Amino acid sequence: MSIRTITFDAIVVGGGGAGMRASLQMAQSGFKTALISKVFPTRSHTVSAQGGITCAIASADPNDDWRWHMYDTVKGSDYIGDQDAIEYMCNVGPEAVFELDHMGLPFSRTEEGRIYQRPFGGQSKNFGEGGQAARTCAAADRTGHALLHTLYQQNLKNGTQFYNEWYAAELVKDDEGNVCGVIAIDIESGETVFFKAKATVFATGGSGRIYASTTNALINTGDGVGMALRAGLPVQDIEMWQFHPTGIAGAGVLVTEGCRGEGGYLINKDGERFMERYAPNAKDLASRDVVARSMMMEILDGRGAGPDGDHVFLKLDHLGEEVLHSRLPGICELAITFAQTDPVKEPIPVVPTCHYMMGGIPTNVHGQAIKLSGGHEGEDQFVNGLFAVGEVACVSVHGANRLGGNSLLDLVVFGRAAGLYIEDQLRQGMTQYEPTDANIDEAMARLNRWESSTGGESVPALRKELQSVMQNHFGVFRKGDLMAEGVAKLADLRKRIANAHLEDKSGPFNTARIEALELDNLLEVAEATAIAAEGRTESRGAHSRYDYPDRDDENWLCHSIFDPKAKKLGKRDVNFKPKTVDTFQPKARTY
Amino acid sequence: MKVSIYRYNPETDREPSMKEYEVDTQGKDLMVLDILALVKEQDQSLAYRRSCREGVCGSDGMNMNGKNGLACITPLSQVAPGVLEGKKPLILRPLPGLPVIRDLVVDMGMFYNQYEKVQPYLQNNTPAPAIERLQSPEERAKIDGLYECILCACCSTSCPSFWWNPDKFLGPAALLQSYRFLADSRDNATEERLSKLDDPFSLFRCHGIMNCVSVCPKGLNPTRAIGHIRSMLLERGI
Repeated sequence: MSIRTITFDAIVVGGGGAGMRASLQMAQSGFKTALISKVFPTRSHTVSAQGGITCAIASADPNDDWRWHMYDTVKGSDYIGDQDAIEYMCNVGPEAVFELDHMGLPFSRTEEGRIYQRPFGGQSKNFGEGGQAARTCAAADRTGHALLHTLYQQNLKNGTQFYNEWYAAELVKDDEGNVCGVIAIDIESGETVFFKAKATVFATGGSGRIYASTTNALINTGDGVGMALRAGLPVQDIEMWQFHPTGIAGAGVLVTEGCRGEGGYLINKDGERFMERYAPNAKDLASRDVVARSMMMEILDGRGAGPDGDHVFLKLDHLGEEVLHSRLPGICELAITFAQTDPVKEPIPVVPTCHYMMGGIPTNVHGQAIKLSGGHEGEDQFVNGLFAVGEVACVSVHGANRLGGNSLLDLVVFGRAAGLYIEDQLRQGMTQYEPTDANIDEAMARLNRWESSTGGESVPALRKELQSVMQNHFGVFRKGDLMAEGVAKLADLRKRIANAHLEDKSGPFNTARIEALELDNLLEVAEATAIAAEGRTESRGAHSRYDYPDRDDENWLCHSIFDPKAKKLGKRDVNFKPKTVDTFQPKARTY
Repeated sequence: MKVSIYRYNPETDREPSMKEYEVDTQGKDLMVLDILALVKEQDQSLAYRRSCREGVCGSDGMNMNGKNGLACITPLSQVAPGVLEGKKPLILRPLPGLPVIRDLVVDMGMFYNQYEKVQPYLQNNTPAPAIERLQSPEERAKIDGLYECILCACCSTSCPSFWWNPDKFLGPAALLQSYRFLADSRDNATEERLSKLDDPFSLFRCHGIMNCVSVCPKGLNPTRAIGHIRSMLLERGI
């Protein structure tokens, strides 16, 4: 079948922080770059990041050291973050953050005129020995908004070609599995087009919408992971989902960890500051997995608040109106809107809420996508033509648990790194792989399936059911038999979704079609998560099992690799070889 | 409760019409966006934009019972008191003044064009230092109330001056962003920025009607920013 083809040197799929940092790098180099985004770029989920971007720029503490940040990140990852990648991120970070200031990002300031940094969870000085660090660079509590708009503005300035409100539906591969580009739909008209490029960069973000309760935007449907899995490519550590301690109870809307950084703390229904019992040193600024579990234990032990005892409180009123309105203005707005609570006067009802996908498409520090190999690092093979950056990627700098403020750093550092690498490769002459008509047809098959559907279940109902399976079977605490049930339910859902119905087949701005295509992706991510979670028989970071309560370094100090063809879980070595510092050896993780 | 929604699909409809839906909120005071999701479960052909559902991405600007705002942070009780008791319907229309693509989705092209015209990016031709460009908390405070704009277009599409001259008058959103860079101590393109605004239309079509201020979902004040630019232009003229 023949469809219109548009050719670029590089295409970036996704207009969030990672995608726009990558496209900016390439646009500056003069290569023909397109950014394809299913929403106008400033509507991407990066906009919702609040607290800040963690980076050792030595503003709050002139002696701060990126190696301390590296130590914290390795420990936070529960030792399955790749140390070469974490080293790169923490070391290059300051340069990338200063660039953001030069681009115009409106950071909050210190009296000295430098960037304001606030304390965040899991951050220490002197390799855990020197107490709490203030390392998270902030623009009030709207850092993501400030960052995303700044990057969009710079892309405008540098002439990036935007395809806004275009939806990338499928990867196009040649017979050897080399990536040639993507099939994308112009949402406004409904036209389907083949975008051909030497480099395809996935920056499609996370997939929090696999859960019923999430801080994620409605657009976070795992499109990149879905496309990769359908193309037969593996995903790594996909069982690792972060539950953010403070989602507003009922609404799921995020309340930044910066609240606790500024001195707020959690209380149970008796008004007790319970984190003192679970993390005597770091207390409310322990790592997110630790705080989320502690909250759930309070709730399960009957010390939750509210008529159903299903949440705890975040207390901020003692900080005073002035601090709240200057440092946390956005939180005050959100609490009033979504919890009918003014934090100046009363505590906010909060509950752990699905927030971040630590796993994703495995890549190296250049963003090159890795395919299944012997399973050992060093023997990695790459998918020609495919890159991934940001939340969709698993470099892995977050391992089993991401530290707050590290996602924005991940975006800019690795968006930039991939841009630099591709620019260099293009200069040396990158291959454009050519698909056959049959390859294109293969990529169109799923679209055609929906277009020819004449009956079956509706997309919203199936989506709701999937989200409830994930919520009930793969939450903060997990258990083998419950997960096995969940896996079976997902297998059933797969059959039903394959026969679901797209009733509206019209062209212009058909959001029902987009939601149908997104549902396929949600299913792919959910199933990979479920099988990987059931397969990892230990508790590590965000993955916490009743039936395997301990960390098992002997068997699981490694990445999990989910193979979509066999639907089996394999293993891949973690990198323990940073280039300029000594390896941080795994030890017991306490806060 | 009753919802009346503007419907138009260019492929099938000769002209737009209002369509009535019945939605059961179980008595809850939901956000308007929640109502749209309930309608879409009944009728998947309804098109509207949405993303963050918490008032920071600016996707779901629309006209609700006559007033522009964001559907995701507008509770029913606020936009249409009495709607839950069945006293009146919730009425949803696309943002006024822009071409409709389908249903509640408008073509934002003109709005974005005006934004791009103000060169909405920091300009500074001095070499960047090895660290950040220093800025005092007082200097930084000058861009508070400006940088928070989410480009939802609620303001510009409620502005009669923008309705008349959407191609020549920049509109409140773009002018707010223009001032965001004029007010930033790190930007040194002040003269160039001002000279581009010094014509009868770009800025001076603002007649201080202040619809922009009354609808801004982020509580920003474009009219005040426009006033500041006027003063800068005036001082420059002396």
